[in-house]
Amino acid sequence: MILTLVFNTILVLSIIGVLAAVILAVAAKKFKVEEDPRIDDVEGSLPGANCGGCGFAGCRAFAEACVKEMELSNLFCPVGGNDCMGSVADILGLEAVKKAPQTAVVRCNGTCEHRPKTNNYDGSVSCAIASSLYAGDTGCAYGCLGCGDCVTACEFDAIHMNAETGLPEVDDEKCVACGACVTACPKTLIELRKKMPKDRKVYVSCRNMDKGAAAKKACSTACIGCTKCFKECPFEAITMEKNLAFIDADKCKLCRKCVSVCPTGAIVEENFPPRKVKKEEAPAL
Amino acid sequence: MVLKTFKIGGIHPAENKLSANASIQALAIPKTVYIPMAQHIGAPATPLIKKGDMVKVGQMIGKASGFVSANIHSSVSGKVKKIDQILDSSGYKKDVVVIDVEGDEWEETIDRSAELVKEITMSQDEIKTRIAESGIVGLGGATFPTHIKLSPPPGNSAEVLIINAVECEPYLTADHQIMLEKGEEIMIGVSILMKGIGVDKAIIGIENNKKDAIAYFKKLAKGYQGIEITPLKVQYPQGGEKQLIAATIGKEVPSGALPIAIGAVVNNVATAYAVYEAVQKNKPLFERIVTVTGKSVAKPCNLLVRGGTPVNDLIEAAGGLPEDTGKVISGGPMMGKAIVNLEVPSAKGTSGILIMQDTESAREKMDACIRCAKCVKVCPMGIEPYLLMSLSEKSMWEKSENCNVMDCIECGSCSFTCPSNRPLLDFIRLGKGTVGQIIRNRKS
Repeated sequence: MILTLVFNTILVLSIIGVLAAVILAVAAKKFKVEEDPRIDDVEGSLPGANCGGCGFAGCRAFAEACVKEMELSNLFCPVGGNDCMGSVADILGLEAVKKAPQTAVVRCNGTCEHRPKTNNYDGSVSCAIASSLYAGDTGCAYGCLGCGDCVTACEFDAIHMNAETGLPEVDDEKCVACGACVTACPKTLIELRKKMPKDRKVYVSCRNMDKGAAAKKACSTACIGCTKCFKECPFEAITMEKNLAFIDADKCKLCRKCVSVCPTGAIVEENFPPRKVKKEEAPAL
Repeated sequence: MVLKTFKIGGIHPAENKLSANASIQALAIPKTVYIPMAQHIGAPATPLIKKGDMVKVGQMIGKASGFVSANIHSSVSGKVKKIDQILDSSGYKKDVVVIDVEGDEWEETIDRSAELVKEITMSQDEIKTRIAESGIVGLGGATFPTHIKLSPPPGNSAEVLIINAVECEPYLTADHQIMLEKGEEIMIGVSILMKGIGVDKAIIGIENNKKDAIAYFKKLAKGYQGIEITPLKVQYPQGGEKQLIAATIGKEVPSGALPIAIGAVVNNVATAYAVYEAVQKNKPLFERIVTVTGKSVAKPCNLLVRGGTPVNDLIEAAGGLPEDTGKVISGGPMMGKAIVNLEVPSAKGTSGILIMQDTESAREKMDACIRCAKCVKVCPMGIEPYLLMSLSEKSMWEKSENCNVMDCIECGSCSFTCPSNRPLLDFIRLGKGTVGQIIRNRKS
């Protein structure tokens, strides 16, 4: 009795299994979606971070776009960089556009020391929410809010809050310039800049567009729009707009003359060897 | 008797009407006023004066720029010191006209007598024009320009005027006091609004915790045709526009639509008083009643404040800033917003200044959502706050839009109720802002 039951069960299930297999086999043949095999190849050569830094919804979407467009001038994977785009170009038989590698810089130097607090914020820890509520907990309406939306946005562990300064810091080794932090910052403080040799950087670490006196009052290291750097720069790399200086990384030759003339220390140099101490001028006779 | 109310959600926070029955006192004119050019929803007004100009009380100093905008009038007489940018109650720096006060010289056209003018001589169009010229905006807090409400978009017609005399925010008593002291004027103001809109029916909704005002208005209403007084259950947010409509006429405003879609126009009771002054006395809107209150405040009071007076002056009049102050809030405790410093100027939308003790204002530690659904139960719009918060946290804006985030009226009932102290409204507001931007981008 039990044996028959077991036998029948196995028989029925086997028949269902065979039938299902036949149906699936026929369906797989009949409804097969033709897909360009190169999409898989291209996707394989991408980093697979799915960060969205290319502007597409993940690596697969980017690979599809590459194959569809058959033109790489507007497509670039910032994470993989030139090497990755080179191999994509090889697969598709196209010409890759070379781009200078970039890195993120945070253009605010308003540490607690430089930028005294004028009020306490005890709302939700989110820059987006804080910025929808008010200008910020210091006198500067342009500076870092310090809630770390950029840190949350980074998929590569490349940006961290410095507990001492209350400002985010970028790890140049890890930063792939995907731009997620740039989008996340409600104060548009973060900028992608061309990577310079030895990760050296010279940039205006301020976004305060108030007039000099107001900017200085809010933060001792604010750009006051004095135009000294603008006049000093031998390469015309500096532009002035709305009381704020900006250094064009493409034109900057890292001479650091602007750093020396800046009266508030708003222009920051990073990863340079220590400056030689100037010889003391001979006392006037 | 079962009182009318809205059908879904709602809470009942402690009322704390400390300044109830404190008669309205005119606040001394400050030495300097800072009149913001953005005292309403929409485009800021364009300044009409320049440094060094002499102005009089009631003189137009800012002109409406655009369709949704309102005129701004000087609240004092004196000399324009400068046009500057200072932090206002929005938390951002905005244009203000700084005026050094000299004397108190009013425009001659303003009727300053206390005599009650009952007869409405103006035509419908004249009323609309006068209201627009006088810079009248909704004084309940949203500050939407009133003249736009009086001109329904084509295809819509108004059937009933609803006057919002609910004042459901705890602590605030400005509307209550103006009803007790200026009842006749308000009734005339309501009649003017009825004529302006072209309706013959008005309902004044009053929350049942203002029994003296209800009794007084019921007596007054006998002398006016078509004005009905409806006592409402004490429930927050009874004064929300859509909730008030549901409570008084039992109709629901469709999602995304304006009240005019179902033939209703809602105006605040203080707005009705401002309309009376503008139409019958030719006095533009430059001063309003502000409640200054708080548990530690020495003298909770209702003050008649000239626009642009720094908040500090208001607090001084109420006995000074208590030592245990944690936050100073512009508006009520539910929908108001903490201000950044005491130099922030009062504006047309400043219905109250609430001084909270540091112990009661501190945020509690946030815990995980325990899926108790209390926020869903209290939401007066029938949306799901816990879901919208997590969608905002994950930046899922499309789904957020599909879950009707734009229907949120920001009443704060969800955050108030949450046993895990989750800042639901903070995140929903963020979602509303982002989704609103996405919708605007899609349209353009």
